[in-house]
Amino acid sequence: MSFAKNLRCRECHREYPLEARHVCDFCFGPVEVTYDYDAIRKAVSRERIERGPASLWRYRDYLPCDAESAIDIGAGFTPLIRAKNLGKALGLNNLYIKNDTVNPTWSFKDRVVAVASSRARELGYDKLACASTGNLANSVSAHAAAAGMEAVVFIPHDLELGKVLGSSIYGPTLVKVRGNYDAVNRLCAELAGAYNWAFVNVNVRPYYSEGSKTLGFEVAEQLGWRAPDHCVVPIASGSLFVKIRKGLQELWKTGLIDEPKTRMSGAQAAGCSPVATAWQEGSMNFRPQRPNTIAKSLAIGNPADGYYSLVQLQETGGACGSVTDDEIVAGMKLLAETEGIFAETAGGVTVASLKQLAAQGRIHPDELTVAFITGAGFKTVEAVAEALNPPLEIDATMESFEAAYNARVAQGVA
Amino acid sequence: MAVKRVRFTFPENLIREPIIYRLGHEFQVITNVRMADVDEKTGWVVLELEGDPDEIERSLAWAQERGVRVDPVTGDIVEG
Repeated sequence: MSFAKNLRCRECHREYPLEARHVCDFCFGPVEVTYDYDAIRKAVSRERIERGPASLWRYRDYLPCDAESAIDIGAGFTPLIRAKNLGKALGLNNLYIKNDTVNPTWSFKDRVVAVASSRARELGYDKLACASTGNLANSVSAHAAAAGMEAVVFIPHDLELGKVLGSSIYGPTLVKVRGNYDAVNRLCAELAGAYNWAFVNVNVRPYYSEGSKTLGFEVAEQLGWRAPDHCVVPIASGSLFVKIRKGLQELWKTGLIDEPKTRMSGAQAAGCSPVATAWQEGSMNFRPQRPNTIAKSLAIGNPADGYYSLVQLQETGGACGSVTDDEIVAGMKLLAETEGIFAETAGGVTVASLKQLAAQGRIHPDELTVAFITGAGFKTVEAVAEALNPPLEIDATMESFEAAYNARVAQGVA
Repeated sequence: MAVKRVRFTFPENLIREPIIYRLGHEFQVITNVRMADVDEKTGWVVLELEGDPDEIERSLAWAQERGVRVDPVTGDIVEG
């Protein structure tokens, strides 16, 4: 059973039943799931969680659906790695990487879709839908396949082949939408209103976003039941950024960790940085942007949780990095070369922002800092293809090898 | 008849223009301002538009031609 109580508007606090709804009818504020924390406190313990499955469903008591009938393809409980080499390169003595590249469809979206799809099925839906440039589409397609549900997935018409195949292998109805970014957005908003389907990030968004809390739960558990001093999180819609903190606070509210004093910092690409720009200007009112960055998984010019991200930056004393495409590629390479993790462009944004914030003195060298790496690099190989050393090509002789190898060593890049 | 909710964002050069008034006069569309925040540099309005679906689309295209950014109320739907 779930301890979820109702949906509540974040603005006017009006309450609604646990139905498919994403905005308040009266003020258009976003609604979110509330829980009976007294009941959770009585039910949970560190030991109960530790005995649970090695997936996000070990935190079932904090999720808005029944774990017994959940759609489970093994999302979550990914490694938390002590990043000594990257830390040394950046002057951070206590740095950790939360490696969410190893989820079933290779991104953190499996967390949110696991919860959204499970709740959608409980609500009686038999179709899952989404509009996505990659990760979300992959995850919705996979979860629908595992659940025997139909998936209808909308993608921009000019998406790279790898991302298209990463969805179509699971057998969804894949729809390429011709038009610019804004037009695709408006069409998909209209479709979500017109069809009685579970659009995972629209009408079941309150449940969807709860999946991101599990990153906060896992990090605290993996650190020995304590909150980090500082988190650095990529910001797209802002939901992940806000919900990681909600997860830490829920563990505190239910008695499993001390009160978190975690500073929450964000990471955005300069080519799509509505939150970072507003933060730099000291404004709580972000202006929507037209994305122009290689970090397509973060290319949300009008973020649904942009305002709440700005509130969180202010409340926690965090900062927001903003990095160029060249810095993103350098960040991807740095993470791979120091820690052996091949992240997608969003990971490059996070590492480059980490570097930027450390150099600016916004991250203290001894703070226990966790950087969240949210998707795998094989999804965005185009971004780094030109920036890497080509392989040595040789004849099948010792002489040919040694000539090529020694030439490479002489360049200092072997 | 249809009802569509959209968010208009006005750049600084349009802050002084009566865009919503003109939209209501040039098109057979009923405009209803539901939320707004406008200052001297930028502004946004959540608007309900009621009318024939094609007429609503024509009115939105007209607003965009004048430099208004038109988005879904709930932020971007297309995610990474």
